[in-house]
Parts: sequence; structure tokens; C-alpha cells
Amino acid sequence: MPDLLIELFSEEIPARMQARAAEDLKKRMTDGLVEAGLTYAAAHALSTPRRLTLALEGLLAESPTIREERKGPKVGAALPALKGFAHAFGISPQALPMIDSLAEGVGTKVIVDDITFENRDVKGKQTIFASFEKPGRPAAEIIAEVLDATIRNFPWPKSMRWGAGSLRWVRPLQSILCILTDEGGAEVVPFEIEGLKAGDVTKGHRFMAPDAFSVASFEDYTAKLKRAHVILDAAERADTIWHDATNQAFAAGLEVVEDKGLLAEVAGLVEWPVVLMGKIDDDFLGLPPEVLQTSMKEHQKFFSVRNPKTGRIEGFVTVANRETADHGATILAGNQKVLSARLADAKFFWENDLRVAKGGMSAWTEALSNVTFHNKLGTQAERIERIAALARELAPVVGADADLAEQAARVAKADLSSEMVYEFPELQGLMGRYYAEAAGLPQEVANACEQHYSPLGPSDDVPGEKLSVVVALADKLDTLTGFWAIDEKPTGSKDPFALRRAALGVIRLVLENDIRTPLDQHIDAHLLRHEMKQNGEDEVATGLLKDMIEEIADHGVFGSAVRTVLDAFDGDLPKHLEELKDSLPDVSRDLLTFFHDRLKVFLRDQGIRHDVIDACIAMEGNDDLTLLVKRARALEAFLKTEEGENLLQGFKRANNILSQAEEKDGVEYSFGADKKFAEDASETALFDALEEGGGAISTAIEAEDFAAAMGGMAALRQPIDAFFEAVQVNSDNEIVRRNRLNLLGQIRKVCGQVADLTRLEG
Amino acid sequence: MTQNTIAASASTGAPRSFQEIILRLQAYWASKGCAIMQPYDMEVGAGTFHPATTLRSLGSAPWAAAYVQPSRRPTDGRYGENPNRLQHYYQYQVLIKPSPPNLQELYLGSLEAIGIDMDLHDIRFVEDDWESPTLGAWGLGWEVWCDGMEVSQFTYFQQVGGHDCAPVSGELTYGLERLAMYVLGIDHVMDMPFNDPDAPIPLTYGDVFKQTEEEYARWNFDVANTDVLLRHFEEAEAECTTILAQAHIDPKTGKRIIMAHPAYDQCIKASHIFNLLDARGVISVTERQAYIGRVRALAKQCADAFVQTEAGGQAA
Repeated sequence: MPDLLIELFSEEIPARMQARAAEDLKKRMTDGLVEAGLTYAAAHALSTPRRLTLALEGLLAESPTIREERKGPKVGAALPALKGFAHAFGISPQALPMIDSLAEGVGTKVIVDDITFENRDVKGKQTIFASFEKPGRPAAEIIAEVLDATIRNFPWPKSMRWGAGSLRWVRPLQSILCILTDEGGAEVVPFEIEGLKAGDVTKGHRFMAPDAFSVASFEDYTAKLKRAHVILDAAERADTIWHDATNQAFAAGLEVVEDKGLLAEVAGLVEWPVVLMGKIDDDFLGLPPEVLQTSMKEHQKFFSVRNPKTGRIEGFVTVANRETADHGATILAGNQKVLSARLADAKFFWENDLRVAKGGMSAWTEALSNVTFHNKLGTQAERIERIAALARELAPVVGADADLAEQAARVAKADLSSEMVYEFPELQGLMGRYYAEAAGLPQEVANACEQHYSPLGPSDDVPGEKLSVVVALADKLDTLTGFWAIDEKPTGSKDPFALRRAALGVIRLVLENDIRTPLDQHIDAHLLRHEMKQNGEDEVATGLLKDMIEEIADHGVFGSAVRTVLDAFDGDLPKHLEELKDSLPDVSRDLLTFFHDRLKVFLRDQGIRHDVIDACIAMEGNDDLTLLVKRARALEAFLKTEEGENLLQGFKRANNILSQAEEKDGVEYSFGADKKFAEDASETALFDALEEGGGAISTAIEAEDFAAAMGGMAALRQPIDAFFEAVQVNSDNEIVRRNRLNLLGQIRKVCGQVADLTRLEG
Repeated sequence: MTQNTIAASASTGAPRSFQEIILRLQAYWASKGCAIMQPYDMEVGAGTFHPATTLRSLGSAPWAAAYVQPSRRPTDGRYGENPNRLQHYYQYQVLIKPSPPNLQELYLGSLEAIGIDMDLHDIRFVEDDWESPTLGAWGLGWEVWCDGMEVSQFTYFQQVGGHDCAPVSGELTYGLERLAMYVLGIDHVMDMPFNDPDAPIPLTYGDVFKQTEEEYARWNFDVANTDVLLRHFEEAEAECTTILAQAHIDPKTGKRIIMAHPAYDQCIKASHIFNLLDARGVISVTERQAYIGRVRALAKQCADAFVQTEAGGQAA
């Protein structure tokens, strides 16, 4: 069985696209070949900056012969139908009378031009079937077809045309190597696309071995490439780079800072990696290590080299694409010079920034009033003002000092105006910490500057320092309420403001820091703060909104807070405030639902059943996320025990009969069960069990010991079962019946204190 | 630049001045068949604005041109003090349509021509796609690195003025000062020899441009009359539209004359005035987008007009 080798040789493919493209080439080619009947034993996808390579081992030399069958018209169908059917197989009209002989009955066969026509019975109707042998095709023919389709439809993230042609590729495609190799040797697959003819020829390294050479097999190809200074396998290039870099650093008593992303990228920029290590000029060693690292990585794609004793970044590793007679001296000197120019810029920014920082950063915070955050949500300065107010409000909840929280919120984004962050946006926060430290602010305030963006992703660490938690929460809640207020919510896959990430951030901050607060209240108050912005200059309205926010802070709920404030106001109420009464609760509820949706995803990933989460969300106080999750975890664990089964079965038995009766009678039985109407001992026992257990359950609920509460509920199963066995709920005596139903109502009430059990499945 | 390099490139000899690098590029691209054009006589932000690139990249007519283009970026002015930044600098621009299959090799040849020894340096093509929002243009290509320094931009034009480029032009842009400083081993642009250092009157880049950098930086940042500039912008915009609104048949000569180039001059003018206004800090973030959009609209109209002309590929 032959092996197939394909190389698509082009001008330099962007590093970030190479690995994916090699995989796409493999997938599209193998899918197409297998679909055409060509199976293979093994496939290898490889890439360099200038080539995508696919090697298939053990490919079938030709596709297998298969017999195909097609159903035709009914026997005796009108002539055109028969003609059409026969024509599809290239049978001339003259032969039609022969097919006519099929009318002699089911089972009749006639062979015309190697095609077998047969009369078969299909549900009582005589039908013509045609079958024929589809001969196998040579591999080369199929490969050429599949390769053509693969090249034309290649899923590059961005592709282009070049010259006068219309073919699209990521950069100009220069040559195609496509050979089939078996014991007899290699043969070029006849293939041509837009004037580009496949051959058995490729080229080596652009500078070190630019001549063309022909290859006879995959082994021959990789060996010759290596001689021509090309390492075909990206993983091998990465290994070489890492190995040489760490060795050189080790020899100098230093260590390379690991960066897998950079390693993969650099491996995609070279065909023949040569590692060169250099020193950072002493002038720049005072820069924060993160600045050195970022500048070197972003601009130069250098690895950082650290002194393990001091932790300082003192050197760099660059990877050249060639060997030179001077062992890289010229290349290293050039790189060193470029780096010095870059770091001179960074140093200039750093020193300028430090001057502003030591002056208290006011120039930066003032500048933020000229920076638009979002055209409907105002400037960064306005945003910071809101975050500061919310941070004050949240501080006692988290256990932080309110004044410090406000201070931290006010400086947390100051670094956005700094020159360093302008140059390296990814250093935001981190520079904030350095500058806050330089400004002499308390360490926890400085830490909050850095930490308040966290957590960014689901695996990012959650801040634990109280002040950082407060500012991080306020920042994210401001973003979420803001975009909800202007109705810019995520839809489908579109989430341009990363609101899902912000909501998950809030959830993780609350849960991991065990924060207990009704989220609703903060959302309401903050939506009103956004309303003040939308409100503009209207002083009366602004005053009223302020009163409402205070009222919410004091008494909690939006509806009554608004009524209290609006009722106390005499004068003409601005119209939009009147409307606010209706619209704001909807927006607020919608945002809370969004939190619950994100929470469901989060908890499901931790193995908590979705119906368990739903059962807990259905409870009062579901905006206290910590409490909500405490319930859910307890319920999830409890349901896995035998007692859990007892709780569920006991509750369901009671609830089913109760619900049926309620539906029939159109009333709710929830009140007034009285032991004195009990007729049976089991009934009395159930009353006793409820009375006895109910108190303990309530106590446990109050202590939020949900496991103990559910244990108490589960203990009710036995008296419930005994009750159902002994008595008929639907007694003829209406008083007794109602009493029993109310008793069941009481069971429902007691058992519904942890979660809404009716929402559980199974 | 080390002694090694100079010795190794002895066959061509290392260039000794800024102007020698320019002269060598001119000679090289002339030898490769390009029409060596002169700079466009208007203020532009980059060599791409020259009609020999912007307009000639449109339509089907083959084209090959190379030229130096003085370029102005008012916001980059540093009073001649920054070692690398200038508000007025030179770009070397090559445009070949259709892009030849050996354009990368041709380009590498130009580096050798100015004394970069391929055997000692590390040349890399690093992904960098080009886009000009003001010209409604984009292309794919690379920035070319020499020992980690960006020395050129290499682009295959895909669209200009909203029109698909067919055939595709290959565009090369060299930042001349930066490239020359690297080749000559100079750290501060103002120290770079402009003419031969052994000439009877040797001149440095600073001798030629230090004073003008100061003068223009002051004018760009603090003095340029923004009311006048705003008015000029509006006028250029209006004039561009008026020119293009004329009937294609000239009533005086009876000839079909579409005035794509005069209209495009007004577009260039508007673009430069916008840059000046930007340097004066009178354009807010939101307005910025609007101004860019207005210039782009002009560029598009000019491109629409050009493709109807003979040079734009329309049969006469």
C-alpha cells in the first residue's frame, strides 16, 4: 500500500495559524479520501513558517469496487419516465424495448450495457431497479480531486489573492509537492491548480539552503529537509529552543522564565532555530520585572532570563532563524540595540509616571474625565464616582473599612492614564499597584488597584484581601447594572462587553469569600445611580433618586423605598421617575435571573444537578448567592443518601394527594389542621411527629444547618407512610377530610423550607 | 554595525550616508524595471498616499513604480530631540502590479543592495496586516525584521478605496531613516551623515532637519490656526465632490476627461488637514471616527472615478 506525501509551500504563514492549518489540511484531506473509499493507516500533520505538510501511511492504492443500485419507475409507467431513467445510465432509446420485457413479471431480469435491470415487487407494485458495478478508481485520481477541493475551501482565518490569479491562500502559494510512494518508488500525483503543477520538489531553508531538491518518500523528505536546515516538526523546534535556552541560561547561573505561548509562537517563526542569549543593560534593571518581560515579549518576542538569586530579570533569549559565520554576534548585537531603544522608551514612561504617582496621581484621575467609557454610560471618571459609592456601600458587607474602600475605588483605575499602560494595556492594574505604592498609599489600597480586575477567567484566582474584594465587586456590578440599564445585554454568542465573565466574577467573589448580602438591594441602588446619569441635569429628579438610594440602603426593597420617597414629595413629579417605578424592577429582576443562569452553569460544572439548583433558586432570599449555594450543596449531598430518598418519597406522597385535592376543590389547604379531629392513631402520631420535628427543623433552618433540617424532614417519612396505610384522606366526613388535607399542607410547608422539592426530578 | 559586517559586504561596499542608501535603492529598483518616480508634491502622511500607489493599484493596467516620499505625521513631532521620532521623514515605496511571484526575493535583493549581508543577519517575515481607514484600504503581509528590528512593511493589496484589487499589487514600504540608522550604525537620527562624511561640506541629518523639526513641532502643536484648518478641511471636501460631479465629457474640448487626480488631490489635502487638527488636539475621540469616515468617503469617490478612466483600466 502506498504512502502519500503532500507539501503546500508558501510565503511565510503567520505563526499563530500554522498548527491549526496543518490539522485542517489533515482533516479535510483524510475526510475526503475516506469518503471516496480510500482508507489509510496513519496520518501526520506538520508545519513550518513556509510549509504545511501531510503524510499518510498505508493508503489504499485504489478505491474498492462497489455495486450500486437505483430504484426506477413502476413497470408500465409512461414512456418518458422510463426513458429518463434509462438515459441516466447512458442507455440509448433503441434499447428501451428490451427493458420493456420486464413487464413479464416480478423477478424478470435483463442486462443492457453492463447494467442489470430487474423487476421487483415493492409493496405490491412491480418496480424497475437498475444495478451496476462501480469500479474502483486509482488513488492518484481521488487525491487530486480532494486536494483541489481542500485548497479551494481551506478554512484560513484570513486569506488573500496575489498576482493576477484568483486562488486564495493565507499568503502566496508557491509550490505543491504531492507524491505517492510504494515499493516501486515515488510517483508524482498528476495535479494542477491555477497554473501551479504538483511535483516532487521542495526547497530548504530560505537563506541557508535555498536550492530545490526532489524527494522520494516522507523519510527522504524529512531527512533532506534537515540537511537543508529545516526542522519540519514544530514540537521538535520548540523542544530545541527550550533545551538550548535553558542550557545557555544555566551555564550563566540564570534561568529562563517559562512562557509556553511565546515558545509556540517563536517555533512558528523559524525553520532552523538558533538560540542567542544576551544581557539587559544595567540602566534598565530598575524597571519592574513585568515591564521588562512585557516589552521584550510583545515587541521583540524575547524570552526573559532571570537571576534565581535575586529574582530580577537580567537577560533575554532571542531565537534567530539561521547560523552565521560569526556565531550570531551580529544578530545578537542588532537585537540588543533594538531592545535598548525599546527599554529606553519604557524607562522614560516609567520615570514620567513615577513623577505623577508621587504627586498623588490627581493628574491621572482628572484626565479620566476626558475618557469615554461608553457613550451612554459616560466617562471613566463618572464610572469611578459610581464605583466609589458602591464600594462604600459594600464595605461593611465584606468587612472592610468604608473610607479605605472609597479611596481604593478612586485610584484603582488611575493607571489607565499613565504612559506605561497606554503603551502596554495588558499592564493595567499591575502598574496601578506600583504607582499607588509610589504614591505612598496603604499597601491594601495598592493591592486593590492590581486585584480589582480579578477574577478575569474561570480559572483565574479570586482576590481574598477584603479591600480588593470590595473594589472588584463594585467594579463588576457597576459594569453589569450599567449595561442592563441601557439594555445592552449579551445575546447568543455575542457578549462584546464580557458581561458573562463579569457575572461569573461576582459569583466567585461572593462564594469564595463567603459574602452574605442580598444582591438585589445593591443592584437596585446601583441601577438608580445609573439612572442619575441618564437623568442629566434635572436637580429635582437627582435629589429624589438620591433619597431613594438612601432609602434602599436603610430599608432594603426598591418598591417600598420608591413609594416612600415619591409619596413624601409634593410637586410635579418628573415623568421618567414615574415610569421608573415600573421599569426598574423588571431590569433588576432580569439581571438577577442572569446571575442565576451563570450560577447554574458554574454549579453544573461542579456536579450539582440543574433541578437541585432550580429547587433552591425558587426559595426566598435567592439573591443571597452564598445562602443559595449552601442550600444547593446541602440538598445535592442529602439526595445522595438513603435519608434523601425518604425525604423525597415522604414529601411526594403527601404533596401528590394534596395537589390533586387542591386542584379539584380550587382552594389551598395550608392552615388550621387540628389534632382534635384526628380519628386514627397513625394520624395522631403524624401530628405529634410534625409538632416534635417541626420545632427542630425550624431551629436548624434558622442556623442554616440544612442537612440537619432535612434529616428532620426525612424522619417524617415513617409516620407519613403509616398514616397513608391506615387512613383514607378523602373521608366522607368533610371536616375530617379537610383536617387531613391541612395536615398534609403542614407537611408540605415544613418540608419546603430548604428548597422547593416539587422541582426535583425523579 | 560591526567591522565584520563591513568586511563581509565589501563586494558592494557599505554605504556611508543616508543619501547613498536612497541612491542605491533607486538604482536597484530601476534595474528591476520600476519607473523611478519623484515624490508627490503635496503633504501626505505616508508613501501610500502618492497617486502612483493609491490610484495605480486600482484597475487592471500593469504598473511598476518606485519613489521616495516625504511623509508628515504632525503628532510624531518631538522638536528633533527623540532619537527615532520625526514629524517629517522619508519613506521609500515600491508598487508592482500584478505582484510578481518572486517579490520576496526581489525585496531581499534590495536589502543586499544597501549593504545588509544576508549571511550575517537574521531576516524574518512576521505577520502584520495593513489597513488604512482613511483610504478604505487593506492588505495582508508582514513586517520584515532584520535582527529583531522592523525595517519594512510588505503588503499584498486586497482592497483600495473600497474596490477589490484585481490584479493584486505588491507594496513595499521602507522607513528610510530607521533603516539607514541601522545600516550605518547610528543611534540618534540627527547624527546620521546625510551626504558623504568625507565630502568637502559634510552634512548630518540634523544639519538639514533639526531646525525644521523644531519649527514644525511648535507650529503643529501650538500655533496652527484651527479655525482656518477646519475651514480648509470643509473646502477641500466640497471641492473634491464638486470636481467629481462634473460631466465626463468636457464641454470645451468634447473629450472624455474624468478628473480623478485633481479630485484625489483634495482628498489628500483633507487627510493632511485632519492630521494637523489631530495634532492640535481639537478632535475628540468620537469626532475622530467621523473625520476619518469623511476622508474615506472622498477616497472612495476618487477610486470610483479612477476606475472609469483609461489608466484605471477602462478602454478608451
